[in-house]
Amino acid sequence: MDNIAGTKSSLTWAVHISVVLLVALWLFPTVGLLVSSFRTADQIASSGWWQSLFPTEQNLTLRTANPGVDGNQALIDGVYTVSGNLFVVEGRAPSAEESDAKISVWGVTSRAIADYQPGATADLGDGKTLTVQANGDYVWSGPEELTGRGQRAFVTATTPPEFTVKNYETVLVSGASTDSMAKAFFNTMTVTIPATIIPIVIAAFAAYALAWMDFPGRAILIACVVALLVVPLQLALIPLLRLHLGIGIGKGYLGVWLAHTGFGLPLAVYLLRNYMVGLPRDIIENARVDGATEFQIFTKIILPLSFPALASFAIFQFLWTWNDLLVAKVFLIDSSGQTTVMTNQIVELLGTRGGNWEILATAAFVSISVPLLVFFAMQKYLVRGLLAGSVK
Amino acid sequence: MDAAFLGLVTIVIGVGGCLGYFYLSNQLLDKVLFPAKGVNAGRNINRANMIRPWIFLFPAIFALGLYLAYPVFATLWYSVTDRDQGGAFVGFANYSQMLDEPKFWEALRNNILWLIVVPAASTAFGLLAAQLTDRIKWGSIAKSMIFMPMAISFVGASVIFKLIYDTRPVDQKQIGVLNAVWLQFDGGVGSFLILRLVPISILVLFILLVAYMAWGAVRPLIKPDHVKVSKLGMPLRVFAGLVGVYLVFLSLQSIMGLATVSLNYGVPQTWLTIPFWNSFFLMIVLIWIQTGFAMVILSAALRGIPEETIEAAIVDGANPFQVFFKIKMPQIAGTIVVVWTTITLVVLKVFDIVFAMTNGQWETQVLANYMYDKLFRANDWGVGSASAMVIMLLVSPILIWNVYNARKEMR
Repeated sequence: MDNIAGTKSSLTWAVHISVVLLVALWLFPTVGLLVSSFRTADQIASSGWWQSLFPTEQNLTLRTANPGVDGNQALIDGVYTVSGNLFVVEGRAPSAEESDAKISVWGVTSRAIADYQPGATADLGDGKTLTVQANGDYVWSGPEELTGRGQRAFVTATTPPEFTVKNYETVLVSGASTDSMAKAFFNTMTVTIPATIIPIVIAAFAAYALAWMDFPGRAILIACVVALLVVPLQLALIPLLRLHLGIGIGKGYLGVWLAHTGFGLPLAVYLLRNYMVGLPRDIIENARVDGATEFQIFTKIILPLSFPALASFAIFQFLWTWNDLLVAKVFLIDSSGQTTVMTNQIVELLGTRGGNWEILATAAFVSISVPLLVFFAMQKYLVRGLLAGSVK
Repeated sequence: MDAAFLGLVTIVIGVGGCLGYFYLSNQLLDKVLFPAKGVNAGRNINRANMIRPWIFLFPAIFALGLYLAYPVFATLWYSVTDRDQGGAFVGFANYSQMLDEPKFWEALRNNILWLIVVPAASTAFGLLAAQLTDRIKWGSIAKSMIFMPMAISFVGASVIFKLIYDTRPVDQKQIGVLNAVWLQFDGGVGSFLILRLVPISILVLFILLVAYMAWGAVRPLIKPDHVKVSKLGMPLRVFAGLVGVYLVFLSLQSIMGLATVSLNYGVPQTWLTIPFWNSFFLMIVLIWIQTGFAMVILSAALRGIPEETIEAAIVDGANPFQVFFKIKMPQIAGTIVVVWTTITLVVLKVFDIVFAMTNGQWETQVLANYMYDKLFRANDWGVGSASAMVIMLLVSPILIWNVYNARKEMR
């Protein structure tokens, strides 16, 4: 803004750096969860996620193949030799991580683990030698037949970052029923979609009446809507649960749909009414003069023109119902646990699997991924709705 | 899958039912009850137009009345009756029982702390982010990154921050960022600078700011000069002054604490079990979520400031800080109040974060979680409803203020 007066602000660089810091600070927690969800349990437990993005240096104790096993030892030019790759253990093929590992230094005793460079040959005494290459290939040889278990080698290896999608398989596809998010995911969808659509229809008609129809008591009704906007839904829990149990709805989807509809209505009516009031009066009056009924005016003119406000509210209600825990716990989830939603599932995982970050992080990310997609796809409407809902 | 099918049927019945209701009732009104033809055509049209708004409004009024208005009174009633005595009227017995519980006072004290810290911090960070991002080209990208936590559920955010606060035994590698950073401090000069000097200077700045604002609020009462104090303004100004004094007192206490506390360098901390401070670690989660909201609204307000006022100030030789505090701030004061009250409402209802992270243990209880405890664990509807009424009581000043503003606007 300082540029307006023709002087370039000397603070520009400070501003850039501050914004970068601020954005990094705000993204850091979410990125941590995302990265952790792609790591195995061992990796999460052995190092911080921020270290997993870079190659890490590890000290490993590895062993050559057992010379006593047939086929491992060969007599080449009068020298008994065992050769292979240190990263191959008991015939297991090296994992992607280990095959890319680079040995920087190595040694043959635990006291001197950095005695040799890759490619160098260590003297093990009695004429026996061990040569290790950077990629883990080794040659262990001696004038007499080699005995005992495999020779130990202490290596310092740099391993590149490694990620896995196995956690997502566990949580979404193959997991045990306690860890599975698939069912909870569908339950959440089942709660969310009707609970988003139904209040829109009801609120749109009411908002039209409050915006464009003249009748006694209109101002009081609008004031009531504004007042109900801030009533904490905590107050509604017990009376409504009693009501639902009393009229036979009980705990279940119908109850949670009705509850979300009721709790979402004040904001819906308020947002839509504010938007509809701003529509040009001429259009509506022309239509009235031309003999359109109020119902026709509403469906053919008002509704299509109000699309931005409808979209704004739909996003709010979607995010709110998808992320909700309290309403679902009170009105939906019964003792059978068949109707659990994702937020509740995560809270339970926090209790039962507090240390299993690979499951927790993945489950949490599954649950926040849909709102994030919606957020980035429809951010424009969300911002518009926020501005219409609060700046007055 | 049958639940999904049920959902589909509900959408069809719900939406179709609503549309059918509106269409048929309008038809009934126009064609059968008051047809717009015949001898009484004019009168019929007028009558139909008197009834029609109520047809449009009926479903909404019914749902709002049943799901929000009725429960307020029902909860009020439950709070003065005893369920075990078959719903007999017991007066304020539930309230006095609640006031005798130390857990309630803990929840109230924590809630007040939340009410001070979270709206203030979110608004301040939001204002900072709005002001900074408005000046640069890639500001809109930066904004959507800071805004993003708005889409994340409180439960999801709790998991995210639990990972940050995670603690491992001292001989293992720390996987929580906070402990990893904490272990970098060894009690040397750097630790003194970052852990004592910086927070203390921030607190001193905060004290100065609060004192300045409190003085600005109280001044017209002590030295009556050109500023005229209205009847309504007087108690408000006194209140603002008292809040200011309390905040200064709190900050001084914190400075004393910071200066004298001995810190356990080199030992990983279980952050969520340290009484008093653990509430702040929970608040950070909500601040992280709400800052984006504050930023979006305040950024729109900053853009709405007429540029002439800023130009005039710059021509008169104001520096960027003066432009911000003397020109911009006063013009967006109204919006700041709106943001502040909106976040205050969120804070009063905060439940999920405490429920998921500590469940009120280690002195982190808040009112909403206390209420949930009473209602669904202890099954004590009387005290639960009484605590719900306390939340309602705390909300009502904002409710009245909002209604007052809405009425003023419509005139």
